[in-house]
Amino acid sequence: MSVDGTGRAWVFGDDIDTDQITPSRFLVSSDPDELGEHAFNDLRPEFADDVEPGDFVVAGENFGSGSSREHAPLSLVGAGVAGVVAQSFARIFFRNAINLGLPVLLCPGVGEIDDRAEISIDVDEGFVYDHDEEIRYDAEPLPPFLQDLVDQGGLKPYTRRKLESAD
Amino acid sequence: MTGKTITEKILSEKSGEDATAGDYVEATVDAMVTHDVTGPLTIDVFEDVTGEDAALAAPENVVFTLDHHAPADGVQAANNHNIVREFAAEYGANQYEISDGICHQVMIEEGFVEPGDLVIGADSHSTTYGGLGALGTGVGSTDLGTAFATGELWFRVPETIRFEVEGDLPDGVYAKDLILRFIGDVGFAGATYKTAEYGGSAIRDLPIHQRLVLSNMAIEMGGKAGIVEPDDRTATYLEEQAGLEVGVDPDLAADDGASYEAVYTYDGDALAPQVSKPSNPENAVDVGETAGTGIDQVFVGTCTNGRYEDIRVVADALAGEQVAPNTRLIVVPASRAVYQRCLETGVLEALVDAGATFQSAGCGPCFGTHQGALGDGDVALATANRNFPGREGSMESRVYLGSPATAAATALYGEITDPREIETTRYDDHAVSDVGVVR
Repeated sequence: MSVDGTGRAWVFGDDIDTDQITPSRFLVSSDPDELGEHAFNDLRPEFADDVEPGDFVVAGENFGSGSSREHAPLSLVGAGVAGVVAQSFARIFFRNAINLGLPVLLCPGVGEIDDRAEISIDVDEGFVYDHDEEIRYDAEPLPPFLQDLVDQGGLKPYTRRKLESAD
Repeated sequence: MTGKTITEKILSEKSGEDATAGDYVEATVDAMVTHDVTGPLTIDVFEDVTGEDAALAAPENVVFTLDHHAPADGVQAANNHNIVREFAAEYGANQYEISDGICHQVMIEEGFVEPGDLVIGADSHSTTYGGLGALGTGVGSTDLGTAFATGELWFRVPETIRFEVEGDLPDGVYAKDLILRFIGDVGFAGATYKTAEYGGSAIRDLPIHQRLVLSNMAIEMGGKAGIVEPDDRTATYLEEQAGLEVGVDPDLAADDGASYEAVYTYDGDALAPQVSKPSNPENAVDVGETAGTGIDQVFVGTCTNGRYEDIRVVADALAGEQVAPNTRLIVVPASRAVYQRCLETGVLEALVDAGATFQSAGCGPCFGTHQGALGDGDVALATANRNFPGREGSMESRVYLGSPATAAATALYGEITDPREIETTRYDDHAVSDVGVVR
């Protein structure tokens, strides 16, 4: 089994909105490290202190609903989160995460994973493996257009090349 | 040949391709907006991708507002305002000040949005522009910052869910009640990645300021956009509000045979005022089910319901009366123009006399950080679009959502009150007119 990483699962429920990921009062900063110190500040105050680089956020339906604030996925990057696995994502959060290079996997059933369980994810193969329960959850593959964008390094490198070719 | 939805038509036009739901296209954007919260990050992205030869692809189409922390509530917010001011001046973009109002209202009043346009904003309520027949959608700062540089962005052409409302809405029932009902029926994530398209005789009869409410809250069901077919009323509104002379293309309507993922139909005559209970907009119920709930704070404002006609409804209900004891009423106009109109018409005086706090234009308590933040245990009713946990302050507070009429009735009695139970003469006699429609 080749995996992109193994870490603990921080499990959240359905409809976790961006206000809960990064509360409004911390949006005066655009610095990932500073934002990371306040990820899930009000919802799970222990998160920022206890999360370790390489851990994962695991969620139920509609993760990242609400605001367009890219600070929300950026705060997870700053906190060292290696990826977000959810049963479904809100549109803008999903797009923002890909744009930031934060791996996101749409993966039915992962709401069953226990909090703090040891899991591995493999973005290319598209699965999550729960080591504690020995269960594999298959992810829905990215649409080809998005996969191509990710393979090109994301929207920023894509845009740089576009600007250069226009010169 | 199958027909097209409005969304498919706009994305076809802006991409030069024959686009249908499910396609990915790269499309030219007509206008872009960001504000003091998402603006600095957008600026970082733009400077990161452009380097030394940085230039905005179309500075005349780029708009910055300062609305979330307006006026600045701390040093970091003030510094962010300065970042925005300096960038806009250096690159020749449009920039509006702390007194000017909420981005979406400013965009409309200042004529940046026309029917058929494709508009993106680093604010999720950029869906508001659908009330004018434009395709407006919220994006993040990386999407917007790269679009600053190229004038383009990629889109997945969304499927469409159609909401058809026939008949006449009863007195005391407004677009806000309709959209809360739609969200309640479809669910908080029910329109994720999709456009909500609104039609039917009751929608066509809505004045534009109410159509904007329907579109504003499309994101509260996960929608990428929420669109009302533009018509002559749209053109008249844009002429009066923004000084724009636009002809409305009769082809900018859904075709017969357009493909919808789902169609919801409603009898407008049967609808009661709606309230969404804490802490999710989908918890919509007839107002009667929440009647009597004690309310500490009523907030009238936001990009949803902070327009003159909304505030006028409240003033008409409260004129000569007093806000209930132990309840506070905060009114925040959506823009400087709305503020001025409240001043000129006596609405501001009536509200202050009634005991309301009337604040300068901006997002107000909806951003949850200042100007009316809620404390532990506070219960509020707001005309805003969101009632997430902690949205307006403490995680221990609770927010109900309702129309301005429901907010007015609630402020009068200090508990959630059906607006049909207060004397209708209080607001209907001074009926708000908008482009020939009196409601």
